[in-house]
Amino acid sequence: MRFFANTNIDFIGNRKYAFILSIIVILAGVISLFVNGGPKYSIDFTGGLALELDLTPQTADAPQINVQMLRDELKEAGIEGVEIQSISSANKTKNFFLIKTQENSEDSEKIGTKIINVIKQAYPNNIVPEKLVRLQDEVGPKIGGELKEKMLLAIFWSLLGIILYIWWRFEFTFGVAAVVALIHDVLITVGIFSLTGREMSLTIVAALLTIVGYSLNDTIVVFDRIREDLRVFRKDSYSNVINHSINETLSRTIITSLTTFVVVLSLFLFGGTVIHDFAFALLIGVIVGTYSSIFIASPLMVEHFQNRQKRLAIRGSKKK
Amino acid sequence: MKNSKIRGLIIIAVLLVTAYFFAPLVIKDLPSFWTEKSLKLGLDLQGGSQIQLEVDFSDVEIAEKDKDDAVKTAYQIIRNRIDQFGVAEPIIQRVGSTNRIILQLPGLDDPSRAKNLIGKTAMLEFKLLASNDQAEETFNALNKYLQDNLDKYDYLEEFADGNTAEAIDILDTGEEQTEEDNNMNIFTNLTTSKDDMNAAIDYENIPILKKLLEDEGFLKAVPAGLQVALGKEEKGDLYGARPLYILKDKAEITGKYLEKAQTKIGQGYAPKDQGPYILLTFDKAGARIFKNVTAQNINERLAILLDNIVYIAPRIESRIPSGEARITGQFTLAEVQDLVIVLNAGSLPAPVKIIEERTVGPTLGSDSIRAGIRAALIGMALVFVFMLLYYGLSGLIADIALIVNVIFILAILTMLEATLTMPGIAGVILTIGMSVDANVIIFERIRENLKAGKTVRSAVDSGFSRALITILDANVTTLITALVLYQFGTGPIRGFAVTLSIGIVGSMFTAIFLAKAIFDLFITNSAREKLSI
Repeated sequence: MRFFANTNIDFIGNRKYAFILSIIVILAGVISLFVNGGPKYSIDFTGGLALELDLTPQTADAPQINVQMLRDELKEAGIEGVEIQSISSANKTKNFFLIKTQENSEDSEKIGTKIINVIKQAYPNNIVPEKLVRLQDEVGPKIGGELKEKMLLAIFWSLLGIILYIWWRFEFTFGVAAVVALIHDVLITVGIFSLTGREMSLTIVAALLTIVGYSLNDTIVVFDRIREDLRVFRKDSYSNVINHSINETLSRTIITSLTTFVVVLSLFLFGGTVIHDFAFALLIGVIVGTYSSIFIASPLMVEHFQNRQKRLAIRGSKKK
Repeated sequence: MKNSKIRGLIIIAVLLVTAYFFAPLVIKDLPSFWTEKSLKLGLDLQGGSQIQLEVDFSDVEIAEKDKDDAVKTAYQIIRNRIDQFGVAEPIIQRVGSTNRIILQLPGLDDPSRAKNLIGKTAMLEFKLLASNDQAEETFNALNKYLQDNLDKYDYLEEFADGNTAEAIDILDTGEEQTEEDNNMNIFTNLTTSKDDMNAAIDYENIPILKKLLEDEGFLKAVPAGLQVALGKEEKGDLYGARPLYILKDKAEITGKYLEKAQTKIGQGYAPKDQGPYILLTFDKAGARIFKNVTAQNINERLAILLDNIVYIAPRIESRIPSGEARITGQFTLAEVQDLVIVLNAGSLPAPVKIIEERTVGPTLGSDSIRAGIRAALIGMALVFVFMLLYYGLSGLIADIALIVNVIFILAILTMLEATLTMPGIAGVILTIGMSVDANVIIFERIRENLKAGKTVRSAVDSGFSRALITILDANVTTLITALVLYQFGTGPIRGFAVTLSIGIVGSMFTAIFLAKAIFDLFITNSAREKLSI
């Protein structure tokens, strides 16, 4: 079997369209971020509470609880400003609820305990004590601020490490083009998260760094071929050589993206609630990362080489 | 072919090590030395709590150089408390040389109980109750202070009697206005329960009182030598009113003199003599002090405070020479046991605050494992079939490499005694997709070479050698990001970084060594002219 045998698609010639498309998608994300006042940070970064409870009816006369009922019950107990989501289990037989608040009570009685006590009193027939709390995360505001700083540092160091490595193995400009493509990928993913109202959590930052790793892997395979072809086809124009390299590696690019996409899709569909958003980020990342190696990173190298050629030509003509 | 012999030995060695560490995961009843190292599940998969504490020096007078020792002491005391509480395989670590301590407590039925246990400073004090006159003086002083400074305490407005209307009326009728008439009694109102209890505070007002008890201006307004303290809640009535006490702030005796605390069950007939209670035994010096205090204050009430909460305030009926005191009351047995643990482990040098807490219940943990395994199997099956369809028999070689790689990851995790987390499982799944990449790069090269008219042998050889550089460059950069993730990440994220890194190394090994060896065997033995790729 074989896809993409002997392709000769003019990626480079059409690069302007790709640039425009990318700019539009990035702009949409940036506008959304702007309107929403930045990414929607999860409690990992803001501090606060996330609580997942199992409120499946245990007796025949136990109520089917819905979000509004919980909200009313908590309001009566003086707990407001909580976000409540209903999550049904895979086979729809369980009623789970996710309760979130970014409020940090400095009070010794933590808000999580308070919410649990209120619900325990209100719905005794929907509770099996040892199964009630599926997840309880309480993060102090100080920790949240520190994590944000740490994660920004992590992204900074990995990008720096990448530029240095590619500089060593290729050329400085290759490194810059690769990093521009990575920033492109991260911006699009963060933008889509903002557009779809998803939260930026610690695991999502890990996903972003994974996307960086994946996209880079993809880019380097193409760059590697460009490096090789530039030596082989010395006479040809830069845009032709690079276009040729992209076409030569296209089959590999697509196959690897496909296998990766398939496993990530499997993770997204079957991997459970905990990892859902993480898998979603990777899904976007695989698509965008593949796209950017072909349509962003490589064309940027063409721009660079052509500019250098022009500069050299001008310098040359001046000498004469 | 000396090189190929060395390669063969390396492959066999790696496969043996892999098999050795993987075996305990699939075979039961192995001899015990074999199962010494096992794959550990993270708290997010087996259920449990991770709690991060900070020793809070903000309210404690302590020299900078003594802080390090204080944190060490706190660490030791918390460790003792957890050990006595009985948690299986707890992990307690100090974070670097900071004021922070991380606890990992797997599989707890009731994490809130452990939390209470950790959070208590366990400062035990005995203080005499203030006289009635002193109490009244305190109330008057606080009422006046709050009234004069009401603008600073806007959350107290609802407790101001606010008879401004009456005040105007008084002016109209020309009656003489006394100061008392205009008294707003804010503190009295705040601390008078609806249930008609004297000096008690309703549940919904407790946070307000706690806020006041931390307010500097308020604390200064309390007459010198006295103290306002909150009582403990009643058993089974978490939402009931709690008593309020005015105490003399001098501690007559403290936990320093405590020899031991014990759990006892009362056997008496009267209801107050039944149920669990705590028996405190003082050391010699403590017993002497206690004897004197009780002798000098007969008929006074002596409050027993733990972390500034009054647990009980009995009247001293006679001198107590035995050096023993009881804390009775409406306790549950678990409550008494936990208090005994904290009293015996000693008091913390400074309060600790829980700054982060992450609990995963056992049901979510097992749901995650199940979902993770399912996603991994489905993803793997799809990739497996695809490679077979697309690359024929060569695809099968890639599939063998893929399976070896997954087993390799699990084996190395076991060998390193690393912890498998949910993001770690995601890392394995991602590796399943990405690890065929090395083979894809090689196979595409071989296909190009064959198309260019090379023989099978040289197409394979040059395909491998040329792809080697590409694979190295592509994977080193991914390794860089994985290492950075490991460096900056916490818990589960680290798990992800570890599995991803092992997966990358494994995929390079399986593609470059294992797949090449199979190709070589295959080609040398049959001298084929065609390759299924």
